[in-house]
Amino acid sequence: MSIKAMNVNPKKFDRTQLKFYAILVPLAVFMIMPVVYIFSQALKPLDELFMFPPRFFVQKPTLKNFSDLFRAASSTGVPMMRYLVNSILVTVTAIFATIVITTSTGYALSKKTFKAKKALFSINQTALMFVAVAVAIPRYLIIDAIGLNDTFWVHIIPYLAMPVGLFLVKQFIDQVPDELIEAAKIDGANDLNIIFKIIIPLIKPALATVSILTFQMIWNSTESSNIYIITETKKTFAFYLTTLTANQAVSIAGAGMAAAAGLIMFLPNLVIFVVMQSRVMDTMSHSGIK
Amino acid sequence: MADTMTLKPTEFGATPEELARQRKRDRRADKLSTFFLLLPYMLLFSTFIIIPVLVSMLLSFTYYDLIQPPKLADLYGMYNYVMLITQDENFLKYVIPNTIKYSVIVGPGGYLLSFIMAWMLSQIQATPRKWISLALYTPSMVGGVFISVVWRTMFSGDNNGYINSILLKQGFIDEAIQFLQSPEYLLNIMIFVTLWGSMGIGFLAMLAGLLNVDKTLYEAALVDGIKNRFQEIIYITIPQMKPQMLFGAVMAIVGAFNSGYIGVALSGANPTPQYSGQLIINHIDDYGFIRYEMGYAAAISVVLLVVVFIFSRVAYALFGEKD
Repeated sequence: MSIKAMNVNPKKFDRTQLKFYAILVPLAVFMIMPVVYIFSQALKPLDELFMFPPRFFVQKPTLKNFSDLFRAASSTGVPMMRYLVNSILVTVTAIFATIVITTSTGYALSKKTFKAKKALFSINQTALMFVAVAVAIPRYLIIDAIGLNDTFWVHIIPYLAMPVGLFLVKQFIDQVPDELIEAAKIDGANDLNIIFKIIIPLIKPALATVSILTFQMIWNSTESSNIYIITETKKTFAFYLTTLTANQAVSIAGAGMAAAAGLIMFLPNLVIFVVMQSRVMDTMSHSGIK
Repeated sequence: MADTMTLKPTEFGATPEELARQRKRDRRADKLSTFFLLLPYMLLFSTFIIIPVLVSMLLSFTYYDLIQPPKLADLYGMYNYVMLITQDENFLKYVIPNTIKYSVIVGPGGYLLSFIMAWMLSQIQATPRKWISLALYTPSMVGGVFISVVWRTMFSGDNNGYINSILLKQGFIDEAIQFLQSPEYLLNIMIFVTLWGSMGIGFLAMLAGLLNVDKTLYEAALVDGIKNRFQEIIYITIPQMKPQMLFGAVMAIVGAFNSGYIGVALSGANPTPQYSGQLIINHIDDYGFIRYEMGYAAAISVVLLVVVFIFSRVAYALFGEKD
């Protein structure tokens, strides 16, 4: 039997691709079903949420679940907007801090020469397989000891060291030609100038990827509010939503609200990824571990 | 940039000693600068990753309940470990088999699935590829809230649950099944839901790797007598994208062990009903945050870290570049 060479990234459609579409398209549809479902569920009026047998698609869409959600206050009387604002502040701060920290470290690991360089990079590479939840307890003790407990910073600081982020950024900075940096140095640029004027503009795809990863981690996280925050007004939106979904068993009316909340949580993830997809793919082609 | 210029002695005016001194000063300034560039990350990295791992190791040899200071455990500190492998019935009977089943299917299984999907995607045109890969990636970014909202209603135990209502309507069952509360189903549902969300950045990395393989290699391989797609994958594709394969493998392993909260999220209880969906992560939480037996919980986390490390070493042995 002889075959044709594998046709990677074909320009034109031909019949041999049909078999791939036949598998991929149904699978893709299946994968996004739950996403479609949450849209539909969030738009359902009360009687449709109760309906038996339940219907997948909404019949008479309404925004009532969203308005209920926005008017709802947690049992302690904190309005929903407060949680939302907290989440936005925390996430934006974390993204900027992560970008600055990983870029400066990635730059040093890629372009500087110092003794521990190789060792540091391989430690970071080992930490790629770090399972944070495994050490939740010592982390708790440390955070408590530093006094981060019940402060706003506890949503941000423990998550800033992101081995995957540093890894991707460092790999990407490796692509920046050394001559460019040498030239800037001759012009008298110091390291900060080089980072902000040369490195950051050139590694935007990697930074986009790091932003997405940070966003997904911080925005979706309930851990910090759950474990470290006592003051209700410092908790985040994701946490607030878990309190809604926990009550879901008690009241079916809460199910619509919970779906609306799940949708609000999820949409920013989707939008950001769609906007930056090509940059992420660009980063990923340099993601290999050697 | 001009304002940051430092005056450097020109080749003309300076003596060799002055030049040497200047160079030395530059080098020292550069060292200092490097140090400050590394400092923030290293501080954070040590505080929240290295030290917690070390503290876990130390605590695992102690008895510690958060009230009294930790004291060395019996049996020269090995008490927790000995208990874990000889006395902890739940650990041996449920947690270990569950974790093995779950992580083998979700880790290597999910990895294989990601690779096959990426491989097929690499052979279709760019525009549909972009949309289909978006659809496959989407589940990996939904987060915990979404999972509990959607999947709990899908598998809900009353007649209103989707799966139940479909089965009831088709006449397969007579009364609703308590999917999320019954030991027979919970673990399988967890595996299913995790696989659904497993096409994350590892998948994207492999797709990018596949697209970067030099096309002419495939044609050359054909001349050299490659007979089928399978040989092509083994001899050309995988060797060419080993670094991405390794990155994907590490992500798959970490994902498999990190996603352990799903059982608790789905069933709404820790321990999960009759320990049916109890994974090693939940066991740590159970002892650490519910029973406050910190030393014991730490011993379990050390075991977990070692297991993850071993898995990753296997991945490195398979795909790492030997040098």
